[in-house]
Formats: sequence, structure tokens, C-alpha cells
Amino acid sequence: MLVAFKLKLALACVAGFAGPLAVAPLLSTDFSSDPASQSEQAFVELRPSTVSYRLAGDFTRAGKTAEAPLVTLRFERPISIMKHQVSASDYQRCVDAGSCRPLEAGVVIAADRPAVRVSWRDADSYADWLSRSTGWHYRLPTDEEWALAAGSRYVDDGLPVDDNDPSRGWIARYERESERRPPDDAVRPFGSFGVNENGLLDASGNVWEWTSTCFVRTALDAAGKGISNNANCGVRVAEGAHRAYVTDFIRDARAGGCAVGVPPSNLGFRLVREQDAPSSLESLSTALRKRWANVMS
Amino acid sequence: MVVHEGDYVEVTLVNPETNSMPHNVDFHAATGALGGAELSLVNPGEQVIIRWKATRTGVFVYHCAPGGPMIPWHVVSGMNGAVMVLPREGLTDGNGRPLHYDKVVYIGEQDLYVPKDEKGKYKSYDSPGDAYNDTVEVMRKLTPTHVVFNGKVGALTGKNALTARVGETVLIVHSQANRDSRPHLIGGHGDYVWETGKFANAPQTGLETWFIRGGSAGAALYTFREPGIYAYVTHNLIEAVELGATAHFKVDGKWDDDLMTQVKAPAEIPPPATN
Repeated sequence: MLVAFKLKLALACVAGFAGPLAVAPLLSTDFSSDPASQSEQAFVELRPSTVSYRLAGDFTRAGKTAEAPLVTLRFERPISIMKHQVSASDYQRCVDAGSCRPLEAGVVIAADRPAVRVSWRDADSYADWLSRSTGWHYRLPTDEEWALAAGSRYVDDGLPVDDNDPSRGWIARYERESERRPPDDAVRPFGSFGVNENGLLDASGNVWEWTSTCFVRTALDAAGKGISNNANCGVRVAEGAHRAYVTDFIRDARAGGCAVGVPPSNLGFRLVREQDAPSSLESLSTALRKRWANVMS
Repeated sequence: MVVHEGDYVEVTLVNPETNSMPHNVDFHAATGALGGAELSLVNPGEQVIIRWKATRTGVFVYHCAPGGPMIPWHVVSGMNGAVMVLPREGLTDGNGRPLHYDKVVYIGEQDLYVPKDEKGKYKSYDSPGDAYNDTVEVMRKLTPTHVVFNGKVGALTGKNALTARVGETVLIVHSQANRDSRPHLIGGHGDYVWETGKFANAPQTGLETWFIRGGSAGAALYTFREPGIYAYVTHNLIEAVELGATAHFKVDGKWDDDLMTQVKAPAEIPPPATN
């Protein structure tokens, strides 16, 4: 994470790559009826592109609190990301398999509702189980990938910093987050918060989505060049109507993690599937194993 | 309700036809007839008028008290509020110095006891009467499921946050008709606090956290000195964060570096000095 971050900092502004992003969803083929395969949902493929992105975490410049730099990110490879958040019934399959912590009482378990009140660790466990069970590599998106996927739904949380008055930033952030707060916390069926230009459902609705990005504090010199970072991977970035930093074992972010402001309504997630498909031999053997397991049970 | 010492307060209590139960009102500021409750019981479709004399100054609770087990149930269902009876000469610090406020803020704290089903999900009922037995079971454990300000979680946060300016003096009236509370203004203080809520007593000064006895209202006066976001909570922080007892103040103005400053921004811990 740290290495990738430094590379991005060193990027100069790239001349705009105005290629359209793919909208056609990739439907996964259901090879068998085992639970894990049933959990493989529709995906959206994001074509290589450039995006304007506000770096995550806290920054100091020449020793004083500073605004996070806005950079231009270039994505060289296509990214496959889930069309909608992981559903509660999909997550439940992981629970039934003994690989995930049970959902909180009161969470609706349905195929058309997101899994909510799940921690970063829960999301990580699910991605792990899904990968082991299907042979594909699933993982949480990085904050940068989420920004790319969310497109117009991605919100720049940058705020100019007044050296002499820290309260300006606190008030501005509080007002902005209050303004953007979803009307209510009630969990709705997929699609209730619309589709974005990339074909993604419900980005920045009332479910904040976990990313793999840690909370990093970066020291810049007077010229804006990175000197050092300090990463706290016990706190991760959750994205939605505004960016939030939440401790990784929190399932219900009422208190807002380490950010001062308006807490996320609900915590959920969606996954990226790595492009490298299991080799045809691997997928054949996986499919055969599953068929055999079905025959045996 | 705000009145002055010596006023006669005439109250018309209306119990709409659409209600299903009798109600009345007990004013802690009043004298006699169980605070007025004995003379104000009305069935659905009825109304009554009583008059009480505001003989004592301060902030006082009022609440519904229709009799027996109905009393606690009605009170924890939200039927309570506060009256302020101001001294005619205005508030003083107890040493003859007058105290002024630019605005009054009312914090109506409510402890709620909402039943849950066997799966831990909050239950809904077709009518209040249907909820009674389950609710009493929760009430008897004396542990609320929610503690909220002005009716619900978030009533005084986000877009509904309270506002003030540096230099502005606010009187925060806090009432709790049923349960003890310990208000604290995070980032601020209680310059002058009538903890028991009665203005004939000299206020305590420079408080960190104060105590509102269940069944009473208190008042705290504070002049804001720093801009920013303040949280006003009950300082049982479990209740403040987990159960909903948090309000926010958004305060504009000029920052005073003398009162608070960050000397050095967070940075890596320097290596230990060696010789």
C-alpha cells in the first residue's frame, strides 16, 4: 500500500484520457449449484482510465496540518467490481460455512438487500471465503479503485486548512457531511439509490462501503513532496456520501471512528475480482471437485 | 413554557377524540392537587382548564400522571416537558450581579424502554395498549434501550445542530422527568449552573459536568469562547454514544490561540536521545 501510494504522489498531471468507461456487466457463469458459486453476482468492468482523486488520510506540510493533495490517478488495467454490494443472503452463506461472523440480529437476510452492520474484518473474511470456495481472487477495492468505480458519485472531501483557525475546517466538514447525509438509515433493495454512469448500483447511498485503504498520516515538505508516512491499518477508509475512517472491528459506526463529523448510516461492502482467471485446468478441477462433492453429499 | 414569578398560568388540556386513554398533567412548579393532576384528568374527546400560581422561580418538570402504573408508562412514552418561571428582577449570580443570556436552548431528555423480539429486533405494535405489557417488562429492568434529546436520536445533530457565536451567552435548560443525567458540554463548561434548577439559589460556577436529578430540570449558563463543534452529552458515555444522548453546537467566531493550540502537529515519535 505504502509503495503504491508513493508512486501515485510522484505522478505528474497526465493529459486527459477521455476514453469512455465500460458499462456492460459481465455475468458470471454458474457452473454448479454450490453455495459459493451462487454468491458470484454480476460484475461491471471498468476500462483503464484517469480520475481526479483526493488522497486519503491526514497530511502535514512543513510541520503544519494541511489539506490532502488532489492528484490524477491513472488506471492501466481494467478492474472488475461487483455491480451491487454483497447481499445479506450471500454473506449468510459464508456464515453457514463457518467462515464468517453471524450478522447482527435485525439485519434483513435477503438476496436483494446489502449485508450491513459488518466490520472490515467481516468483509475481509467474506472475500477470503469466496476466493477459497470459487478459485477466483476476490478482495476489497482500494479507496482509489472505489473512487474510479463510483465516478460522479465519488465526493471530494478536501477542505482548505486555515493555519490560524482549526475550527474553520471542523465546521466546514460538519456542515458538508450534514448536508449530504442520506434521508434515513433504512436498508433498501438494490437499485434504490440508482445507477451511476459505470453501471454501479447504490454508490454513495446510505451504505458506506469498506475499502482496503488504511488510515495514513503523511508528512510533506514545504514543496509538497512526501517525506514520511505513518499507517494505522487498524483503521480503514469507508466510502459513501462522504469519506469516513472507521476502526476495523466496528460493525455499527455510530461514533464515526476517528473522524469528527456525521457517522456512516450503515456499513457494507462490495468486492473486486482480480482479472487473472484461474487457469482453465484449475477451474475445471474446481468444478469437478464441486460436482464430486455434490454427488458424495 | 416561560412565565414570571407571581404569574397565574391558565392551562387548557385537550385530549383529542382520536386518543384511546385518559391523560392529565402534574406541574412540579405548582402547589396542591398533585401539581394539578387531580383536577385535570380528561378522557378522549374532553378538555379541562386549570389555573396555577407560579410562586417559585426556576425550571421545573411537568408530566402526565393518570394514576398507578400508568404514570411511569406515560412519562417514558414522552409525556413530559418543562416550565421556566423567571424572577421579575432577572437572573443573578447570588451576589447581586445580574446575569443575561442571548438565547435559551431546551434539552428534553427522554429514557425509552422499547421491547425487542427473541432475535433482538425492536418490536412494533398496532396500538399503545398492545405494547403495554412488553414495555413494562423492559421498564422494570431499569435499563433504557434509548436515551435521547428532544424526541429521537439525531434530533439536535447534523442539520438540526444548535448554533451559537463566540461571545454569545446561552442558557441550556435540561429536563429529565424520570432518570438521573449528568450533562457535559465537550469543549466548554457551565459558567453558572443552577443544578437543581431553582433561581432563588446562587448558581454554582465554573462547572465541568453537572447533575440533573431524575424528576427535575436544571439550567446552565455558558458564554462561548472558541469557535468549532461542541457536543452536549450526558456524561455516561455509553448513553451518549450507544443510546443516543448527544446534541451538537456549531459555533462561529474567531479562534483564540491563547486558550488552545496545537504546538506540534502529530509526527513520528523521535528516536530516544543517546549520549
